[in-house]
Amino acid sequence: MTPNSGWTPDQPIISLRNVHKSFGELEVLKGVTFDVMKGEVVCIIGPSGSGKSTLIRCINALNDIQEGSIQVEGQEVHDAHLDKLELRKKVGMVFQQYNLFPHKTALQNIMMAPVKVLKEPKEEVEKRARALMAKVRLQGKEDAYPGELSGGQQQRVAIARSLAMRPDVMLFDEVTAALDPETVKEVLVTIKDLAAEGMTCILVTHEMGFAREVADHIYFTDRGVIVEHGPPATFFTEASDPRTKEFLSQIL
Amino acid sequence: MARDIPGIAAPARTDLPVLKPFRPGSFAPDSMAWSRWLAGLPPWTPLALLAVAFAWPTVAVAQTDMSAGEAWGILVRWIPFIVGSGFVFTVLISILSMLIGTLLGAMLGLAQISKNGLVRRFAWSVTQLFRNSPWLVILYIVLLALPFEVVIFGAVLAIPDWVKAVFGLSLPIMANISEIVRGAVQSVPTAQWEASESLAFSRRQTLWQIILPQCFKRMIPPWMNWYAILTMATPLCSLLGVEETITLTRQALEAENNRPALLVPFYGFALILFFAYCYPIARWTISLERKFAVKL
Repeated sequence: MTPNSGWTPDQPIISLRNVHKSFGELEVLKGVTFDVMKGEVVCIIGPSGSGKSTLIRCINALNDIQEGSIQVEGQEVHDAHLDKLELRKKVGMVFQQYNLFPHKTALQNIMMAPVKVLKEPKEEVEKRARALMAKVRLQGKEDAYPGELSGGQQQRVAIARSLAMRPDVMLFDEVTAALDPETVKEVLVTIKDLAAEGMTCILVTHEMGFAREVADHIYFTDRGVIVEHGPPATFFTEASDPRTKEFLSQIL
Repeated sequence: MARDIPGIAAPARTDLPVLKPFRPGSFAPDSMAWSRWLAGLPPWTPLALLAVAFAWPTVAVAQTDMSAGEAWGILVRWIPFIVGSGFVFTVLISILSMLIGTLLGAMLGLAQISKNGLVRRFAWSVTQLFRNSPWLVILYIVLLALPFEVVIFGAVLAIPDWVKAVFGLSLPIMANISEIVRGAVQSVPTAQWEASESLAFSRRQTLWQIILPQCFKRMIPPWMNWYAILTMATPLCSLLGVEETITLTRQALEAENNRPALLVPFYGFALILFFAYCYPIARWTISLERKFAVKL
């Protein structure tokens, strides 16, 4: 593993510089640059196919990039010798389709990675997992299999599963997009609690109301570039770019 | 009398040609077709076969001097020999071949999903070679290519023909198990790989802790299907002189002077033996397949 190259918490925890990503001929990201500070909550919004999901999937190296630089706590992600597993211990990710392990109970889903990957003692991890279940308001569902839980409950287990690794950063990839309106709220409340505790979060989302409420900074992407960004107070009211204005007028 | 409703009971003048929904499953080759067919047979099939076998000497009057009762009497004398030595050996061969084939096949199947392209292509070629070659040809090659004895640390160890037969039969099984493993692993959604990767599981851990436990059950019915097919294929060993059911049946017939009236009852009995052994397996396979199909 490469050393942390003198990173200190007052520097950006995540730093993207001129990131280019293509799938074959199709260029999805065309030079994206932004910084996220520790404890910040950042929302990425934009129309479908604008490269939002690809962007955050590059941060934990699920997708590789062709050009530019992504640094997580000072460590370069765009590096052939990158220890992906070390990176992913620091960066948690939650998916649109929850992706829980269907053959394990909710509690086992949460415990698996800390026990098998971090090799932590089982008793300690179980205690932490139970506390996490309580935190996402799912006490009593510890022994339920994913198939027995609603979408919103599964998504909260997925969040707890990611948190059990004690990551420094959490990535949320349209985590409420597959949920029905009533269950969206319970997931958003969970993420809000996290943000309030000072967890660094990057969210790709279509929930504008939520973005306005919790985000410290909002980025609007379209066709692979960041078109406009700003704190929510000004972003929603003082958008200047025509594409942003059009998008917001369709959504709000 | 019920009224004819145009468009329901009979074609209506307004009917337009309709493209019926396409069901891909109805055209795809079914790897379990054999077990499905066997399991679909009624349980009294062996009795029917038995009746036919013993009616034969009476029906084919021209070539016989023997009644059904006599033929049965002779067969009963030979049953302990055919079942006790022959069929027990058949079962032993099938179990050993299956064990070896499963072990090798599991490794080959995992090699087929290796990240290393060279390993993957090699495993794929081996799989295709043994999956698509005639079993008898494989058996002969193994029989002739393997030495009849090996020298280990100065000790001469003879390799009997039945050991070669076990190895020869295990090769096509290996190839088919390899395909089962590859198919099962690839049937797990890629999202499961991504989820475990993003939790810092290594590829090996993901495969063994997340993916394989999910598809293990799905592999059992096709695996049993292949066991039953293998059992049915063991008579091929009789061509190599291995003393299994068919070889012993032939020996028994020779001892009875190859009387034509005995041919059909004796081979019919062998058929029923195989049926009696494979039929419950097929029924069990299909019921397991139904059970596992519900929960994915």
